[in-house]
Amino acid sequence: MLIALFWRDLRRAWGSGALWLPVLFFLLVATAFPFAVGPDAPLLQRAGGGMVWVAALLAALLPIDRLVRPDRDAGVLDQLAVRGVADEVIAAVKIGAHAIGFGLPLLIALFPAAALLAQDAGRVETLATGIAIAVPALAALAVLSAALTAGLKGGSAIGGLLVLPLAVPLLIFGAGMLDPAGRGAVKLLGAVSLLLTMIGPFAAGAALRGLRE
Amino acid sequence: MTALLRLEQIACIRGDRLLFAGLSLALARGEALWLRGPNGAGKSSLIRLAAGLLRPAAGTVERFGRVALIDEAAALDAELPLRRALDFWARVDTVDGHTVDRAMAAMALHPLAEVPVAMLSTGQRKRAAMVRVIASGAPIWLLDEPANGMDDAAQARLVAAIAAHRANGGAVLLASHFALGVPDLAELDMGALA
Repeated sequence: MLIALFWRDLRRAWGSGALWLPVLFFLLVATAFPFAVGPDAPLLQRAGGGMVWVAALLAALLPIDRLVRPDRDAGVLDQLAVRGVADEVIAAVKIGAHAIGFGLPLLIALFPAAALLAQDAGRVETLATGIAIAVPALAALAVLSAALTAGLKGGSAIGGLLVLPLAVPLLIFGAGMLDPAGRGAVKLLGAVSLLLTMIGPFAAGAALRGLRE
Repeated sequence: MTALLRLEQIACIRGDRLLFAGLSLALARGEALWLRGPNGAGKSSLIRLAAGLLRPAAGTVERFGRVALIDEAAALDAELPLRRALDFWARVDTVDGHTVDRAMAAMALHPLAEVPVAMLSTGQRKRAAMVRVIASGAPIWLLDEPANGMDDAAQARLVAAIAAHRANGGAVLLASHFALGVPDLAELDMGALA
């Protein structure tokens, strides 16, 4: 049954084409950035890594109005609740599906984006490692804010603001991995990502329960 | 007689309005109860209370068995052909394709199996939701306005499905603002409770 839920979420993410929107957005930022700061390779290389992280975070939050609200409006969440599926389980499945559905294309898009931002091979590897570590946490934050704002009109705009403070540690340690002096950053990033991924299903599950009242 | 659903001394508050209080009801195997009354009398709220989707302000709700629910939302993916949308719930309920086939036959939906859910009319969507309820195999049916938008033929099939379910030892809690013609039906007038 959980597999059926997972595939449904993944199918809806990929099938509708809406999934490519965040990836496209991610590439768009990477394309626009050199035009804005100029084609100075050393500058691009220094600033580009951080830009990739900002773009990845915003891309994760872009589809939050698709993650929970349609299921709530269609009555799918009610039907699952009637069947005794715990809200935390629904949230965990949604986080997993979002992590795969959005994380995989994002990691693929990372390579052209990094090339546009004059990142060398070593930095691309660091970026890919960091983003791969952060993807579950980004998905957890996206589903959490989606669940929190599903009951509000125009909620997706608030959703980004809601989880931004929680995402700041990911940005700091993720971008910090690019600093040659920041040797512990990868461990701290891993710790923050683990923490957010573990809390995510419970917080988002509580938010889903709140939607019914 | 073993009760499948028992509500005791239930009170329901929506917003700051008391919809009803001190309501008790029990459904045993083979029994059906019609919740009647005007709009806003609390029929849907009582169904959601029985389903466990709302918490009662007072009292207890006990269910002895799985529940199948119809409410205003069909919960079928609009972009999928009807059959695939129903198959998703069949997988969630772990029932096989034959069960879905039989349920679709009961609601005469086979001709629409390949039609996207988005193209279905209100009545057809209600019939599809009814297929999900029949196929689920749950003993307790909670039907909130299941006949909305249904034509006479579809209503007759709904009544037949309810009769078959009761004959199999199921219980039905039916909320409807008009009479469906279900035989041997207990009534609870929600309008008289307020």
